[in-house]
Amino acid sequence: MQPRPLDARALAALAANPGCGRRALLDGAGVDKNALATALGSPAAFGQSQFAIVRGNSFEAKVKGDGGAELLRLVHGHLDPAAEPPGAGARVPDLTAAGPEGRAARTALALREATATRDWTLLDHPMLALEVAGSPAYLEPDAVVVHPDGRWTVVEIKSFPMIDAAADAAKVGAAARQAAVYVLALERTAEKLAGAEVGHTVLLVCPKDFSNLPTAAPVDVRRERAVTRRQLERLTRVEELAAALPEGLTFDPERTAEELAEAVSAVDAAYAPECLAACELAFHCRERARAADEVTALGRSVRGELGALTTVEAALAAASGAGCAEDPTAAALHRAARLRAEALELAAARPRRHVPESPECPC
Amino acid sequence: MPLLSTLARLEAVRAGRAQPLATVRHRHLSENPLVFVPLTTAGEAGAPLGAMVGTDPNEPRVFVIPQPRDRDLRWAFLADLAVHVLAHIDAYADAVEPAERSETDPETGKRVKVETELCVDAPQLIVPSRAGIEYVRLLGRSMRFRRTAEEDPDNPYPAPSRVPLLGRWFTHLGERARVPGSSMLLSATDLLARHWATGQSNLEDQHLGALLAWIAPSGGGSGAEAALRAELGRDEHGQLLCPPAGPATDPAFDNKLLAPAIARYDAARAALAAGPGDDDREVRTAERAVRRLVVDQMSSTWWATWEAIDLVRALPPGERAEERWTRDRWSYTGHRDRVRAGEPPQPRRDDAVTAAQKLATRETEQVRLDAQEALDDPLVMAGRRLAGEAFAGEVTEVVMEWTESKRPSPRPLVTVSTEDRPQLADGSGAKVYRSLDGRPQSAQFVRFEEDGQVVLRLLDKMGRGRDPEPGSVPEKGDRVCWTLFEHDARGGPKLPDPEQTPWTHGGPPGSGAAVHLPDAVTDEDIL
Repeated sequence: MQPRPLDARALAALAANPGCGRRALLDGAGVDKNALATALGSPAAFGQSQFAIVRGNSFEAKVKGDGGAELLRLVHGHLDPAAEPPGAGARVPDLTAAGPEGRAARTALALREATATRDWTLLDHPMLALEVAGSPAYLEPDAVVVHPDGRWTVVEIKSFPMIDAAADAAKVGAAARQAAVYVLALERTAEKLAGAEVGHTVLLVCPKDFSNLPTAAPVDVRRERAVTRRQLERLTRVEELAAALPEGLTFDPERTAEELAEAVSAVDAAYAPECLAACELAFHCRERARAADEVTALGRSVRGELGALTTVEAALAAASGAGCAEDPTAAALHRAARLRAEALELAAARPRRHVPESPECPC
Repeated sequence: MPLLSTLARLEAVRAGRAQPLATVRHRHLSENPLVFVPLTTAGEAGAPLGAMVGTDPNEPRVFVIPQPRDRDLRWAFLADLAVHVLAHIDAYADAVEPAERSETDPETGKRVKVETELCVDAPQLIVPSRAGIEYVRLLGRSMRFRRTAEEDPDNPYPAPSRVPLLGRWFTHLGERARVPGSSMLLSATDLLARHWATGQSNLEDQHLGALLAWIAPSGGGSGAEAALRAELGRDEHGQLLCPPAGPATDPAFDNKLLAPAIARYDAARAALAAGPGDDDREVRTAERAVRRLVVDQMSSTWWATWEAIDLVRALPPGERAEERWTRDRWSYTGHRDRVRAGEPPQPRRDDAVTAAQKLATRETEQVRLDAQEALDDPLVMAGRRLAGEAFAGEVTEVVMEWTESKRPSPRPLVTVSTEDRPQLADGSGAKVYRSLDGRPQSAQFVRFEEDGQVVLRLLDKMGRGRDPEPGSVPEKGDRVCWTLFEHDARGGPKLPDPEQTPWTHGGPPGSGAAVHLPDAVTDEDIL
């Protein structure tokens, strides 16, 4: 089977849950988690509607149309208004090459040339290489713009709308995390190049209101960049994870579900409900977490609140008064259980009270 | 999450069924709420695919757009929707009762009572999920700035006459839904999640099917199994057994079923436009095929929403929920007046004063909601007691004392024995409150006795005489519940008029003319 290369989305998701060895290993080894999850009997519900894909592609084509003039105009207007405006014939180098390595090398060359030329340059779908947890990842941002002063700016083109200059916060956050990965990858290239600098403000391009016209907003990704970098550095190296595994372990989707479940459980996971939105294996991990009675299946905040009581059974035992007397969480749970029982009893036989008068107009 | 809710979730995991989080219904439910189940097209902003709307579960009005990107079809859909939704909203506009409200007299600057009218009831809209509430806002935004042919004869793409009005009402409902405790626009998932704790996380509770599976599992299995089936169960064609509550559709549905059906519709229309005859049978067949698919996706959500309403309706109503509904009626009456007065649609962005007012209202209402829910519901009060914000116990001693004045008033000392641990500090003189026939009676905290009993001094609601009115002072052996929080929320300081906005907040709003220009319509966006 062909290994599945890491993409920016996967990296951003990985960085969101750095403690998950299972994800780090499977992603690092290029395992197709979708196929694996299907073979395990808990297929993921990920997929993209072709309507969204068509719309996204047509919007991106529109933004980049006309030799990238509109896109360069947006970058100039939002990020570098002091610079000379891009001329009609901005440079759009050809980046085609064979294979991801070839494209990455071609991109690096184009970046070098553009930085030396000191002119507006648009790199359409460049290929960037980034080493993650000991394995190379190839990333493909929508566009990178080189400014006349040698600054490089990542451009993210998204098809969710920016209505009245505001977009969905969750989607902007996801785009920022993704762009932060690109910024990190670009920085690796820029390090080797005098006069090159990667801008920490990326440009998010979205459709304006309900139309198909592009509008843009600068997004500061310093925070996301710092978080992602720290998380990526923290990632256990894949070799270390692999070293702890039994010999002959395989995640071949042709195996039976039991064999695969055993293989997968050889690597520890850190499941939290947030995984459901980001990881193909989440439903399998959830099943496991529930089977193991883990309270994390109810949410990270619940686990944080219950402290040392990591299983539902232990927490309920504490609630019934069988917990450790010195544990304040156990004592609080016991008290909560008594209050809850008392309230439910009281509610069963409760007198009606006086209905308060209508309030005044609050205006 | 409060510890009490966490405990309920843990119990739900063990029981395999959802556990109550409330013993009364904390939201007003109208006698005939308007249920609105919208579906949208993936990747498009505000391009509806269809909707089911109605006040009778057995007779929904069904609207489907066979090609969501076609502008004319979208206008026709929105016009139909506007007729039905506005008929429901307007039905409450003319039944009014006299009421009073205080206004600031412009000459004297004093607060004076003004006779006015208040609608006796208000419309209620219920959508399946929180995303549905956002979608109502989005539709409101997409419609309210459109111009009709009467308003703007030169507009190449005029909107049908009722559409901008629906946009204004949707915007109003969307704004109102952000006020805590408001019930004009509710989502079924929020309604259920307020009253039951499931054995899954908050995130998973956003799935209406899974949430219902925990609360009322069909068949004998556990809630977890039923929820899993609702989340992931697929038929032999790879389609979800329980389609998502929308407005977004399942990608597998889009790709396998909807896209081919829409393509056939497009082809039939193209053939009709190009062909010699005017036989539109093909088009109508293709249209019916799309309609069948979309209705199939919506109808299970439609029924699920009604099931949620029935479940919540079975709970006894919380007394103070009605009081909060009266605020919704004021809000409805106010917007009705603004529409009738011919005021322009809500602006794209609020000016500083309006924004500050909205935030202040939400804060006040949150405080009010927290207090009222606790007073209505012993289970919610238990959470406040656990947090040390209230305490309940038995009265062990009452000592009569009076103020030292010419006409002494009663100030009895009440000792309460409680196992709760209220956050009261000796010498703080903090005030505590209890509900006496629905009205708050206040007392001052005096001291803790050595055995942990709380001594309070009653301050009011005991009448004018020397002796307290009967029933106004608890007696030995009574069970009482005191709160450290006030029972009614106080609004913040008054804000200046918009014209007086200080420069620190952008100064007075600019000329209103530029604010509500219609959105640019491009030929590009096919629509």
